[in-house]
Amino acid sequence: MSDTPESKLSETLTVELVKQFRLQWEPAQDSFVLLYPEGMVQLPGSAGEIMKRVDGSKTVPQIIADLETAFPGADLRQDVTDFLEAAYAKGWIRQQES
Amino acid sequence: MQKAGSDSKKVNGPLWVNAEITYKCPLHCVFCYNPVDYDTFGPELTTEEWLKTFREARELGAVQLGLSGGEPLMRDDVEIMVAETSKMGYYVNLITSGIGLTEKRIAAFKEGGLGQIQLSFQDSTKELNDFLSSTRTFDLKSKVAKLIKEYEYPMVLNVVLHRLNIDHIEEILNMAEAMGAEHVELANSQYYAWAMENRKYLMPSRPQLERAEEITNRFRERVGKKMKVYYIVPDYYADRPKACMNGWATTFLNVCADGLALPCHEARMLPGLEFPNVRDHDVSWIWQESPGFTAYRGDDWMQEPCKSCPEKTKDFGGCRCQAFMLTGDATNADPVCDKSPHHHIVTEQVELAQQPQPPAAEVKPIILFRDDKNSRKLAARDAAESEPRDSTTPIA
Repeated sequence: MSDTPESKLSETLTVELVKQFRLQWEPAQDSFVLLYPEGMVQLPGSAGEIMKRVDGSKTVPQIIADLETAFPGADLRQDVTDFLEAAYAKGWIRQQES
Repeated sequence: MQKAGSDSKKVNGPLWVNAEITYKCPLHCVFCYNPVDYDTFGPELTTEEWLKTFREARELGAVQLGLSGGEPLMRDDVEIMVAETSKMGYYVNLITSGIGLTEKRIAAFKEGGLGQIQLSFQDSTKELNDFLSSTRTFDLKSKVAKLIKEYEYPMVLNVVLHRLNIDHIEEILNMAEAMGAEHVELANSQYYAWAMENRKYLMPSRPQLERAEEITNRFRERVGKKMKVYYIVPDYYADRPKACMNGWATTFLNVCADGLALPCHEARMLPGLEFPNVRDHDVSWIWQESPGFTAYRGDDWMQEPCKSCPEKTKDFGGCRCQAFMLTGDATNADPVCDKSPHHHIVTEQVELAQQPQPPAAEVKPIILFRDDKNSRKLAARDAAESEPRDSTTPIA
């Protein structure tokens, strides 16, 4: 075990939701939400678009590339990275050595 | 579609549905928050009636569902409820004592999509206080804890603290660690229902609370990130009220075993409010329009000091039920608030808790255990109290 806490996401590993978390579209809130035991986070707009792509099959660069294809012309790298780092720090998402 | 501005009268929610699917329970906890007269209620909703209710609440946007009780596992249709409500899109939480949680049942819950299991750890026998040394309890809970982990659920442990067990907090924490708990909630009992009846035996003293907090903090330091430990003191010791239910009928819908719909667990006790039953009305009407749910929504109902209080949007004046129980008027400020003219009622009770109380062995025969017989007794007492005096009192 390393003493320094892992705070940065790896570029080569895929990203997935932590086990107890579930992402779904809520028409009543007109938004994606992240559900977990007795709780909920609203993920409006771009936050929902990013989390939708956290499905265990894509790495961070692949998520960015996918979003840039869906929303052409925008430079999303920094925003997406910041959001995913924050989601990681909050314990919503994880990466696993395969 | 509910778009902002399109229909300003439409209220959002509920987001949380708590279903007290049965009041049957193998335990007899002295701090139970179920209504004291539960044994006099009408028949439980059928599976179909529950599913209809869940469907209607889901259509309004509810996302979290708690299956609780009583002990929910006393019903044999929990598997159906878990599977059907997961399909509806709920995140389903099972709140259980663990009694009756067999491997067959947990496998079915997992298969059905259950989100989490919250295991409560409490006096499972009438031994009170001795429950910590009761190997029967420990063995059972450990077995259930093992199952929960095997089925890859986080181990969420809920322990209700009170005067008679709080001094064992170190043993409780060590036991939680031995069971591999990841989240531990150590919540002092709040004084409603059975806990209100037993309040003077349950409220810890200030030194007890301080010692417990110190031990909890030391424990937190030792275990680090391995375990998340929450420690909650009774609100009587606070000077601002809790933001009860995140505001009346804003977020939370409680449906009782007999179908009564309430904006919180305890609201059935409030006089002058008629609460709707899901057998007679759909959840949309209940939530949006029923007089019981609109009564204390927003802040029109408030009196001073709440009315002009800058904190009213933060704590909503506290708890309506507590205001009623302690002051006789549900529209008063929750007397936990030190701005309330009734705050002395709370501080006097807290001062009483600093007095020496009889030891557990002496309390045991007089404390009220939650069971059917006591429920009928308390229901009869409350009915007699609310009867008009002159009809039976002989004229002197």
